[in-house]
Amino acid sequence: MKKDLLLFTGFSTLVMLAPQLFSGGYLMNVLVFVGINTMLAIALNLLLGYAGQISLGHAGFFGLGAYLSGILTTTYSLNPWVAMPTAAIVVGFLAGIIGFPILKLKGHYLAMATLGLGIIIFIVFNETVELTGGPSGLSGIPNLKLAGISFDSDVKNYYLIWGFTLAVMLFSLNLSNSRIGRALRAVHDSEVAAQVLGVNARLLKVQIFALSAVISSLAGSLYAHTMTFVSPASFGFNFSIELLTMVVIGGLGSIYGSFLGAALLTLLPEFLRGANDYDIIIYGGLLMVMVMYMPGGLVRGIPALFRKIVVKGKAGNA
Amino acid sequence: MLEVSAITQIFGGVTALDTVSFSVAKGDITGVIGPNGAGKTTLFNIISGIYRQSAGTVLLEGKDVTGLPPERLARLAMVRTFQNIELFGAMTVLENVMVGMHTKSSSGLLACALKMPWSISEERRIREGAIKWLEFTGIIDLADHTAGNLPFGKGRLLEIARALAVEPRIILMDEPAAGLNSQETLGLAQLIKRIRDLGITVVLVEHDMELVMDICDRIVVLNLGKKLAEGTPREIQESPEVIAAYLGDDD
Amino acid sequence: MQFDQILQYVLSGLSTGAIYALIGIGFSIIYNATGIINFAQGEFVMLGGLLTLSCLELLKLPLWAAIPCAIAVSTVVGILFERLAIRPLKQPTPINLVIITIGGSILIRGLAMLVWGKDTHAIPPFSGDTPIAIGGATILPQHLWILAITLIIILINKVYFYHTISGKAMRACSYNRRAAGLVGIDVRRMVLFSFIISSAMGAVAGIIVAPLTMIAYDVGVMLGLKGFCAAIIGGMSSGVSTVIGGLILGVLESLGAGLISSGYKDAIAFIILLLILFIRPQGLFGKADSERV
Repeated sequence: MKKDLLLFTGFSTLVMLAPQLFSGGYLMNVLVFVGINTMLAIALNLLLGYAGQISLGHAGFFGLGAYLSGILTTTYSLNPWVAMPTAAIVVGFLAGIIGFPILKLKGHYLAMATLGLGIIIFIVFNETVELTGGPSGLSGIPNLKLAGISFDSDVKNYYLIWGFTLAVMLFSLNLSNSRIGRALRAVHDSEVAAQVLGVNARLLKVQIFALSAVISSLAGSLYAHTMTFVSPASFGFNFSIELLTMVVIGGLGSIYGSFLGAALLTLLPEFLRGANDYDIIIYGGLLMVMVMYMPGGLVRGIPALFRKIVVKGKAGNA
Repeated sequence: MLEVSAITQIFGGVTALDTVSFSVAKGDITGVIGPNGAGKTTLFNIISGIYRQSAGTVLLEGKDVTGLPPERLARLAMVRTFQNIELFGAMTVLENVMVGMHTKSSSGLLACALKMPWSISEERRIREGAIKWLEFTGIIDLADHTAGNLPFGKGRLLEIARALAVEPRIILMDEPAAGLNSQETLGLAQLIKRIRDLGITVVLVEHDMELVMDICDRIVVLNLGKKLAEGTPREIQESPEVIAAYLGDDD
Repeated sequence: MQFDQILQYVLSGLSTGAIYALIGIGFSIIYNATGIINFAQGEFVMLGGLLTLSCLELLKLPLWAAIPCAIAVSTVVGILFERLAIRPLKQPTPINLVIITIGGSILIRGLAMLVWGKDTHAIPPFSGDTPIAIGGATILPQHLWILAITLIIILINKVYFYHTISGKAMRACSYNRRAAGLVGIDVRRMVLFSFIISSAMGAVAGIIVAPLTMIAYDVGVMLGLKGFCAAIIGGMSSGVSTVIGGLILGVLESLGAGLISSGYKDAIAFIILLLILFIRPQGLFGKADSERV
């Protein structure tokens, strides 16, 4: 318990000091994306890593949050601080309703159904032109303002986004070490045994699906208010796969793993600028290699690899 | 305590159970025995709400619980264990038992994630309760081990500790001695008696005759999906039908 | 709305539906032999089309030679996929299998982008493009090719599954993999076979549809998903039900695009997919089967 708290405090301190260590607006901008993607990866991880239920449609919930926030603040001139929770509640409610039939499905069938759901949402973004602006997008979304500060620069946005990201991390860490988190992990390991002990597996899965959608929606709203522009291209099937890659690479069922995965996949394309379009090959390759050789993700695989090397090295010396 | 009447189960044309009825008295240890394929596990799966039977009813403390899902039965203080222990392999031993306290706690998702004061004190109560049951079953020294790495015998004890954490009034055990060595089986017999002494009604399916005859107050014999006999261990041992159908195999 | 126009939609819907059926049967064959939904199934469709293009343009092969060549290469990719990705998997849980086949599908798509670029390509139709009038509607010769080849493939399939030893062994695997193994069927070999057949069928689908719709490195995703939808309507059968599923989907899509809105055309397949999964997961024609839910 103490160790967890120490780790989180250390991590938060690093996050808050980062702008002092790295200067330059461009890097700050990238780190803002790392924050948003971390939130999304955690949202998916709660569902996939803890409850063991896959979703290939999470980009849809992310997009719904972004568009609802965008539409409410532009077309209906709502305050962004009102629009954000409104969007989150609407998305959570929708996910709760669809969750009951969709989570009855298992494994491959659940994957296909969530994928289909994501694509339907994506098509709606493209086709409801009067509402969303269609493929050309929705612009003029206002920045968030708090106590006279408008979050309109990269550094300000960094603090805004990471404030939310840290809150989501703490929230999820607490949850995973509580009776609900344990019940979720129990359902993952043996659904029938969990039910026999009185865990209502079905309701729990729907609850976590809705929570996951709410966090994704929140990340979407924040994305909309920092970018001030959204278009359907950011919320397609490929982004759902990218999120899945983040979670798998970082480590299923690990909150810090989600951060690692999100950071790696957000920074990687920046280092591979020359190979602009070929990042999908790398995603595909990474997914396969990770599942085959490091099914626990980086967060467990790296220490294991390290131990192996150290032990081998010692054995070699002796 | 538990009343099973006229349970019939048909799987794709095959009658696995044919109008089986019996009742279990409060505070007894009742054994369900029978040769392989007699329908014992099917019967357990029906009573514990995992299968839905083709016909018949189950009464728990006088209440009709036919067709209720397992999670509802847990709240009515009925719990079961599995023949091939179903542990939460990725969690620690202590956490496994803490899941058993699920129905005895109530903090919701938000309260847990926001660490509300009442959820913190509840968490402490869950931990203390789980420790108590680990002590009762004698595996407290393994509390921080990963459940998936336990040897089978210890895993069995953990599964029982986890079931007891539900604070059941009745516990169903599916072949608790399967896979145990003779030493462990002796310990198990003592443990089951201690569970009964807590006032918990025990029903077990078992192959180990010595164990059944030693600890059971009453025995129900199934053969080919039908109830063959019911009575005290002595009556069963002396019943000519049972000897013919079942114990006779040994000769 | 004229009758002729509806007839037109139905006719073109049938030929797209035949393509979906071929892809859907590919899904079903692998699913029945292995319990895996191969998310990379659509990529073989793309490979079939693009490889034919290369055989025609780079190797200057005539069409009758280019087609088997493209099918052969796609099948080799299918074999490699099974050998390198599916077989070595240490923990073949459904989630790991979903992730690995998605990874494979992205990798194949990415490599295709490297080889063929991002442009869309056209393949000449098999026998000209003079429209043929049927009633008040017209269809292209390629439509007839699609329907005829699909019919032939389905017949070959039928013969294979019901009249050959390896086909019967494969069916045994689909009923009960463990029992099949116990009676001496080499289950791993059957898994490989299922990937061979499915990738070849996917490639055929890609080849016959390419002259009609153009082809690019990224067409596999949508075609694959629609094929899956056809298989779901057909209850994951590798026979007639999935063919009917494909045809229903093709016709509904074509009618929907023509009568309602072309923008929502792709959504139709997914709405049907969700409805079937929610209401009749065993498929439109199947008997209840709790395995899938």
